Amino acid sequence: MTTTATHPSPAPPTPSGSGLPPSIGKWLTEALFGRAGLRMLAVCLGLGVLSAIVTGPGSTADEPFDGIRRSVIDPRIVTFLLLGVALWVVVRVTPLVWPILVRGFEPARAQVTELSRQRYSPIGLNLALLAFAILIPLALGAPARQSLVNDIAIYALLALGLNVVIGYAGMLDLGYIAFFAIGAYATAYFTSEKAINVHSPVILNPFFVFPIAFVLAAIAGVILGGPTLRLRGDYLAIVTLGFGEIIQLIANNSEFTNGPRGAFGVPHLSIHVFGFHYEWGQDPLPYYYLLLGLIVITMIAFGQLERSRIGRAWAAIREDEIAAEATGVPTLRLKLLAFAIGASVSGFAGVMYASKQFFNPQTFSLQASFLVVTLVIFGGMGSRLGVVVGTVILQGLAFVLRDLVPATDRLIYFGAVVIIMMIFRPQGVIPSRRRKREIKLSEAGIGGADSLGAAPTAAGSQT
Amino acid sequence: MLLELVDVEVAYGAVTALRGVRLTVDNGEIVTLLGANGAGKTTTLRTISGLLRPRAGQVLLDGEPLSKIPAHQLIRRGVAHSPEGRRIFPAMSVRENLLMGAFHDRKHVAEDLERVFALFPRLKERVSQAGGTLSGGEQQMLAIGRAIMSRPRLLLLDEPSMGLAPLVVQTIFEVIAQINATGVAVLLVEQNAAQALKIANRGYVLETGQVVLEGPAGELLADDRVRQAYLGEDVGPPESPAAPPVQVGEKIL
Repeated sequence: MTTTATHPSPAPPTPSGSGLPPSIGKWLTEALFGRAGLRMLAVCLGLGVLSAIVTGPGSTADEPFDGIRRSVIDPRIVTFLLLGVALWVVVRVTPLVWPILVRGFEPARAQVTELSRQRYSPIGLNLALLAFAILIPLALGAPARQSLVNDIAIYALLALGLNVVIGYAGMLDLGYIAFFAIGAYATAYFTSEKAINVHSPVILNPFFVFPIAFVLAAIAGVILGGPTLRLRGDYLAIVTLGFGEIIQLIANNSEFTNGPRGAFGVPHLSIHVFGFHYEWGQDPLPYYYLLLGLIVITMIAFGQLERSRIGRAWAAIREDEIAAEATGVPTLRLKLLAFAIGASVSGFAGVMYASKQFFNPQTFSLQASFLVVTLVIFGGMGSRLGVVVGTVILQGLAFVLRDLVPATDRLIYFGAVVIIMMIFRPQGVIPSRRRKREIKLSEAGIGGADSLGAAPTAAGSQT
Repeated sequence: MLLELVDVEVAYGAVTALRGVRLTVDNGEIVTLLGANGAGKTTTLRTISGLLRPRAGQVLLDGEPLSKIPAHQLIRRGVAHSPEGRRIFPAMSVRENLLMGAFHDRKHVAEDLERVFALFPRLKERVSQAGGTLSGGEQQMLAIGRAIMSRPRLLLLDEPSMGLAPLVVQTIFEVIAQINATGVAVLLVEQNAAQALKIANRGYVLETGQVVLEGPAGELLADDRVRQAYLGEDVGPPESPAAPPVQVGEKIL
């Protein structure tokens, strides 16, 4: 085609100021300054101003808008407006150049796809992750180690438990932290004479409280779940929300629980067997490794559960509860089972927390429940590795932000990350294969399993 | 008598959906339940399978009342329900969907899978495909296959022909007849009265929650009211000649 000049180019080149080929210049102008482009510019500048205000100085009660005024006149705003413009360019231009970029990356992409298709050894990957988890605290400072135990490991365990309820059985439990509280207060009751105002006749080593808390939390789960699991999606969420509040209110107002002052002096975990003595002390590392062990065991056990007949029945309930019932799945009993399993893991985590750490009713706030729900959804509902990795990311982010931004603003950033995640990757960091399929199908209008247990009624009931 | 409904009344809140329905299905029979939208056909099936509870009257299986038995246990008693709208599990594979049908009893799974695949070879081809990505006809096959995985004595089928192409409907009805031939009684809810009456032994016609007509399938097929209301025939003179069939290749316009 280049050697023969028999086909002269039909389009004579027109001069263009930018020096770009005319079509690209026009293309860009249209993308940036067309109607939609200008609208996006306004949105991006608005976001810039908003971010400037959000991160700017605060107001006083007398001058509620003072903070906004000072944010807007501060020269800092220029930075934010420029960021807004940058965002505008990125948002408008990326879709245009995306195909070109993708074409450039095609070989690499094909390779990645090929790799992900191959049945890699999950054992190798898991061992590598485990080695990382074992070694990482050695590289961290003391505050980070504390956070690794209190904010990450404990919450990873909680998220794994809630994952059974949300990810497997598809029920939204907003009062999950209540079982955590039950475990923690049970530990205080059984292990110490003075931690709270009541104590058991026999004082036990915290290790013996694990099975007790396990059973207590499961019983609490069954008591709460029995009458309420007949409810669908949203109603169940409200009831569990109420339950979480009730437990926190009791903890806060009861004489027995020592009220808002919380529990002091729960003994640390310790082992005394055949002359061997070891006590988990102030150092967070031993707690970290104990928790890591628990997390690994939980992950393995739940993996078995997920692949079992029970796991398949949960998936059926999530996808279509009526059809599940009609095919002989005892839906109520299995939902109760998921609820009780989730609750007992939470109770377990409560024992760990209580023996490690001072706690008061504030520890079991509604916000903590929401946090665990967020971790599960962020990490990838139904994916064990996903919820653990999600916990590490989100809670790690919270730890990093602790030093970077004022404490009052931390949740704003936290929320922004979660929102962005839900827009661009609603299936979570590492989605479970089944969930990914469910989301894909429900986006195509088939089924409704991603709507958290609100059983699809598309086929409707006819009178 | 395998199944007997005695004066069953069902209500959704204040709205009465069934008013004293009497109906029987004997071992090995195909019984069809006809009626327009909203006549109460689906309600009847759901009441039998325990998803709804009657306000009055009784559902008897082998002469025993089912009122206390939860829906999921009915399958142990030999009743399988293929619900309206197929309701397969969309994100599960064909194989997993079928395994769900054998949830309560895993002794004969391999054998039962083979039996379903023999009836519906198409399902075998798509055994690892997600249920939700099947065509409507394949989904219906899957719904029926799932129901017979439990080796039922009584199969409740809710509008298996809904939304399917005529050729597929043909296949589905042939398979229903085959399943019946192995001794499974079928209670078939249909709007496609002509097809249903062709394979059924007996039929009932429901109107606004009441049985208005019942009898052997042949008699119902010949009944003027059925022909007019459900077969869409113009019931003029009894022997009105049918319109001449359109010849292949003939111009219709």
